Amino acid sequence: MKMKTTLRCLNKNLSISIMAASLLTLNIPSAWAQDKMAMPEMQHASHSEAKSEMDMDFSGMDINDDKQPMNHSEMNMDMGSMQGGSAPADARDPHAHSGGFTLDDSADVQRLVLADEYNFGSLLVNRLESVNSSDNSSSVYDLQAWYGRDYDRLVLKAEGDADAGKLQESSTELLWSHAIATFWDTQLGIRYDGGEEPDRSWLALGVQGLAPYWFEVDATFYIGENSMTAFTLEAEYELLLTQKLILQPRIEADFYGKKDLELERGSGLSGLTAGVRLRYEIKRELAPYVGIEWSGKYGDTANFASANGQSKSDTAIVAGLRFWF
Amino acid sequence: MKHTLKNSLVLPGLSRRRFLNGLAAGGVLMGLSSYIKPSWANESTHLGMAPILSGTEFDLTIAESMVNFTGNPRMATTINGSIPSPILRWREGETVTLRVHNKLNTSTSIHWHGILLPFQMDGVPGVSFNGIPAGSTFTYRFKVQQAGTYWYHSHSGFQEQTGMYGAIIIDPAAGESIRADRDYVVQLSDWTDEDPMDVFKKLKKQGDYYNFNQPTAADFFRDAAELGVGKAVSKRKMWNKMRMSPVDLADISAYTYTYLMNGTTPAGNWTGIFKPGERVRLRFISSGTQSFFDVRIPGLKMTVVHVDGQDVEPVTVDEFRCGPGETYDVIVSPEDDVYTIFAQSLGRSGYARGTLATHKGLSAPVPEVDAPEWLTMADMVGDMSAGNDMAGMSGMDHSMHGGMAMAANAVHVRHAKTEYGPSVDMRVDTPRTNLDDPGIGLRNNGRRVLTYADLHTPGGDVDGRDPGRDIELHLTGNMERYTWSLDGLEFGKSTPIHFRHNERLRVILHNDTMMTHPMHLHGMWSDLETPEGEFLARRHTIAVQPAQRISFRVTADALGHWAWHCHLLYHMDAGMFREVVVA
Repeated sequence: MKMKTTLRCLNKNLSISIMAASLLTLNIPSAWAQDKMAMPEMQHASHSEAKSEMDMDFSGMDINDDKQPMNHSEMNMDMGSMQGGSAPADARDPHAHSGGFTLDDSADVQRLVLADEYNFGSLLVNRLESVNSSDNSSSVYDLQAWYGRDYDRLVLKAEGDADAGKLQESSTELLWSHAIATFWDTQLGIRYDGGEEPDRSWLALGVQGLAPYWFEVDATFYIGENSMTAFTLEAEYELLLTQKLILQPRIEADFYGKKDLELERGSGLSGLTAGVRLRYEIKRELAPYVGIEWSGKYGDTANFASANGQSKSDTAIVAGLRFWF
Repeated sequence: MKHTLKNSLVLPGLSRRRFLNGLAAGGVLMGLSSYIKPSWANESTHLGMAPILSGTEFDLTIAESMVNFTGNPRMATTINGSIPSPILRWREGETVTLRVHNKLNTSTSIHWHGILLPFQMDGVPGVSFNGIPAGSTFTYRFKVQQAGTYWYHSHSGFQEQTGMYGAIIIDPAAGESIRADRDYVVQLSDWTDEDPMDVFKKLKKQGDYYNFNQPTAADFFRDAAELGVGKAVSKRKMWNKMRMSPVDLADISAYTYTYLMNGTTPAGNWTGIFKPGERVRLRFISSGTQSFFDVRIPGLKMTVVHVDGQDVEPVTVDEFRCGPGETYDVIVSPEDDVYTIFAQSLGRSGYARGTLATHKGLSAPVPEVDAPEWLTMADMVGDMSAGNDMAGMSGMDHSMHGGMAMAANAVHVRHAKTEYGPSVDMRVDTPRTNLDDPGIGLRNNGRRVLTYADLHTPGGDVDGRDPGRDIELHLTGNMERYTWSLDGLEFGKSTPIHFRHNERLRVILHNDTMMTHPMHLHGMWSDLETPEGEFLARRHTIAVQPAQRISFRVTADALGHWAWHCHLLYHMDAGMFREVVVA
């Protein structure tokens, strides 16, 4: 039954999904990929060899707006052209010296296969915690698993909460993750929301990666049934207090394209969560943590909550385990 | 039976220090070895723990052996049951026959590192042959055309990490020109109790898994107190903005590694005996799979006389860095009773250690491991000025500096078009080309440290021809994904590099990463040259520092299929590898 729902949703939104996927592969990649770092345009007209865009960017590197005296030892410079970007016209062909040979030329020798052609897999349970606030206590899980190679992977994301042993809300995504830039992957797939509340199925299109200054970002756009749309933004940061004691701030914001009366959700910003967790890595793979998390409801979602006698915001103490293998 | 013994060997409550320094009596447990102890194992030898095999006919048996370096018994992959593998002593001009018997339940191989031979004898599965299947014997046979210090190791999977490496000493046909009263192999390596594939998987999931020297909030506050908040912020700003780590010195640290000297833990203290006044030749072979070693003998000057199997004009130093694959022979003339041979890892997480002494049982103080440094601007950007003296640049106007940086770099760097994607985390547009930099952690340490600029092969360039063309290759990677490649392409996506038979060509290696990569070209010499194109030294392994651009010449006189790769094993296995076809 649930499977059917998902399929129906996929059919209905096929044309939208194709459009969105195209957008994702064409536009978003270039926006994220370049990671342009507030670089002033190059002003060295005198350098005749600086023909390409990349050269322009490079020279710009040496010029700051503030014109402060520079100190190399502090490395206070912009290095925009060193990362991302697109290949200039005169970029080398990496196969230029192959002489027409391929790796499979030798009839007698079965060609070498190294780890770039192996599949690997991982499961990260980022949060497995008990959440306790004045009017609520529940258990939350948040995990991400992947299987595949360096640049193309199958990704499973699952998040949910349970109360008294009963799954209240759950959201599970199955995605094809494709590396499009140094620090960024695009993700395309499906999401299924279950639990006590009515089911919802979505097509998911997102980017996940590492923003400048080491912010881990996961931004996903969803297209559901009946022209429902949603957008979720998650960001995390890891602040090392010591080599093993790590403070992890985390924010999550949920937006919806239109009201969902059944789920008592309004349009626009619906929910915002901000938390900070302090974990101790007994080893890299295993870290218990404690933290505090604030969550708020906005717009009609908040109004629905008020009408039901629930508070618009809540602060909870969390304690749990982060582990991976 | 085995079970009981195993339990009795596990030490409860093993301390961290004990782990780092290893077991004093660590090594191969002969009694537990699946390989039957042969008669030669009883030979007493002055060349370390490894037995010496000499002659022209050799039988090498590869099997699993139980070892214990840390207090935890583990299975190792060994050749004739020892770690290091036996020292093979050949004579220049003779034809050697080596029968390799594979008693493992998996395929294996032996590569003769730096040896000139027909490519079918080079021992790289998937390139030169199909490997040696489980239970079978492969016979290597080739004429020895050179003399000096070399080594051999498995080229299959991670078998090199699990114990398959040994020294080769080839006696010159015309007699030894380097005079020494004593002659020791000093083979440096790294051992992990973990399955190396597990180590690799961890790195794939978290590239800095083994790095416990990361900048912390506490470091920031200390810097803020010492330098002021502004400087503490700016010191970090660029690194953080670029998502690059200033402490990414080594992928794998003493968190899992125990560093070995001649298969002996620091606690085990391998000892070479001498009489005061003797000239002692130490043949350092850098066999760490993922570790560079910085070697010194406090109180002794070392005269480097032979590098990568080639004599060099003697140069006297206090310290030298040796990367995986490289060999350095030094002469020392000890006068006192006892000295420590100290080989700290580049990442500064640990060390291999041994002793030179007038008799067994003596030991000299062991230095502290140096504090790890942050990588510098030179390591990230390369040559930002005419020299590496950054301090002299402070206060200079930006636009003027920009002009100078461009002027100092006549080279217009052309990256491969495949370097603009997810496989590459950084590109260097202004590489440094100077060879007189000993590298991160060794600069201005008050000691005379060997650099590549010090190396001169007597007699100069053997070939004499000018290179007919240039082949440029960029060393690339993405630490966040733990991918390693050349020109942004891992091996599986690459095509071979074609050298025309007997051509003389120039290879340019340009390092777009922040790690040093020891690049090893099989089958042919890499004739290192100065930035100006003058011949320096004949090498088989050339370590390219971060943001450095190095060139060398190759005489493509060896027909066939050859491997060319980073000799950091985990980089090689990640795909930092090319096939070279000479045809």
